[in-house]
Amino acid sequence: MDIVFQQVSYIYQPNSPFEHQALKNLSFSIASGSFVAIVGHTGSGKSTLIQHLNGLLRPTVGELRIGEYQLKANEKLANIKALRRQVGVVFQYPEHQLFEETVEKDIAFGPKNFGIASADIERRIPQVMKAVNLPLDLLKRSPFELSGGQMRRVAIAGVLALEPTLLVLDEPTAGLDPKGQLEIMDMFAALHKQKGLTTVLVTHNMEDALKYADHVIILENGTKYLEGKPEDIFIEKEKLESVQLDLPEEIQFLQTFQQRFGLSIPYRGQSITELAHEIKQRLEGMNQNE
Amino acid sequence: MSSKIIIGQYVPSNSVIHRLDPRVKLVTVFLFVIFVFFANNTLSYGWLSVFAITSALLTKINLKYIIRGLTPIWFLVIFTFLLHLFVTHEGQILFQIFGLPIYSGALIQGGAISLRFFLLILMTSLMTLTTTPIEITDAIELLLHPLKKIKFPVHELALMMSISLRFIPTLMQETEKISKAQASRGVDFKTGPLKERIQAVVPLLIPLFVGAFKRAEELAMAMEARGYQGGEGRTKLRELSIRRLDWSAMLVFLVVIIGLFLFRQ
Ligand SMILES: Nc1ncnc2c1ncn2[C@@H]1O[C@H](COP(=O)(O)OP(=O)(O)O)[C@@H](O)[C@H]1O
Ligand SMILES: [Mg+2]
Repeated sequence: MDIVFQQVSYIYQPNSPFEHQALKNLSFSIASGSFVAIVGHTGSGKSTLIQHLNGLLRPTVGELRIGEYQLKANEKLANIKALRRQVGVVFQYPEHQLFEETVEKDIAFGPKNFGIASADIERRIPQVMKAVNLPLDLLKRSPFELSGGQMRRVAIAGVLALEPTLLVLDEPTAGLDPKGQLEIMDMFAALHKQKGLTTVLVTHNMEDALKYADHVIILENGTKYLEGKPEDIFIEKEKLESVQLDLPEEIQFLQTFQQRFGLSIPYRGQSITELAHEIKQRLEGMNQNE
Repeated sequence: MSSKIIIGQYVPSNSVIHRLDPRVKLVTVFLFVIFVFFANNTLSYGWLSVFAITSALLTKINLKYIIRGLTPIWFLVIFTFLLHLFVTHEGQILFQIFGLPIYSGALIQGGAISLRFFLLILMTSLMTLTTTPIEITDAIELLLHPLKKIKFPVHELALMMSISLRFIPTLMQETEKISKAQASRGVDFKTGPLKERIQAVVPLLIPLFVGAFKRAEELAMAMEARGYQGGEGRTKLRELSIRRLDWSAMLVFLVVIIGLFLFRQ
């Protein structure tokens, strides 16, 4: 689903001493099928933004469009449930939303609410368990007996079981171990490709943004600070540092490498292993020239 | 957190009222609640209203915000007024509404009772608007201190109070977060038949309780690990102390009370 924000502003608790404008005149558009990373430091409005994507929040000013659904200030969307059926949201610490007696029932909860036939749900459950890499014998266990990491996976499975066309992820790997983080992110990336999803990822992790996204939006204090392709955005060292963001490790390394050794290697999305290989080849080439 | 009700809400600021010692505020409000019942004519009611409204202005909190925050109370105030208007039969008949006679005494009494009600709520709200929960419990602990002599667990009571107050905002945030998560999974809290809406509360309540128990356990563990031991011999980071400002406030309040007894009939 494509997403278009047109001058969206959002104000929390208007006309009170706690009034806070979390989004300011935000405009951007996301093509259907893209993988977008939303980056910004804490309090920049990332979570507020994504809550607009399934109508949990409505803009205070401005309007936005998600696929065929139009969300405007002061106008209730009549078929909000139809929108939510297509938008899967994995919130920060989604394990807090588990409540059913068994893992199986919790995964089935979402699809059931949206009126999906039980035969269909039964087909989906083993699929999503496999996607989040959990053994099927956990299905009959209580979600509260599981480890933190397993609970996270169950919660994610519960969202995937909705088979959304727009997948929204709010720091989905925060607090997981490095191996778990990689596994989960790779799973989202695979799903994105395989099902042709539109994916919106909120993250603090610049390496993830660089690795998985094809479009990056940087928020600062509720406004759009930078937007573009990750390879273009993540070389703007000064601009990023002035909003307390780091460069991804790979690019940081390449820039320092160039300063120290005067050898410039352009970044084209190489992985760490590929980069090591490339540097080795270059060095060998130099040796032969001498 | 989006609710507009301000009862129990603290609004940070640095006004004179905010800086008063919480014990002074607590006792003043307590006495005010009692003395309101001594007002019995226009002058004494006016006198107390001037005091209450001046106090409200001194908090530097937007007056409109306070008034709007008392909306649910307004309903009660107006209801009380109407009740008195139609039930009291004293004085002369002024006019008739839908064939019901309205007496002058009813108008006066209804007005007085509603005003009294309003003053009570206003003053108690001012207290919670300008005093942090921690300050309130500290004040209660110190004020109840003499009860220790009869083995009343003052410190434990105060600790229980401050822990509960501390976690109210956390619970509210948690409620909002979980209800949004469940709404995204297709739960409808706002429309649909009543039965379904009641059922929709289950996926909200269970995670809330699980979270609250987990948090309580963690807190107990952390207190245990740091060797927490209440009451005897425990010192405070911020000692409450009565300063010049507090003495002046007490003096002003004394003048208000004396004035009240001079003005009433
Ligand atoms: N319910 C709320 N009431 C008032 N302010 C809020 C509320 N939720 C978030 N905010 C404020 O809005 C800003 C943006 O919050 P958020 O979107 O959660 O940021 P991020 O996800 O980027 O850390 C923050 O300054 C936050 O304090
Ligand atoms: Mg956030």
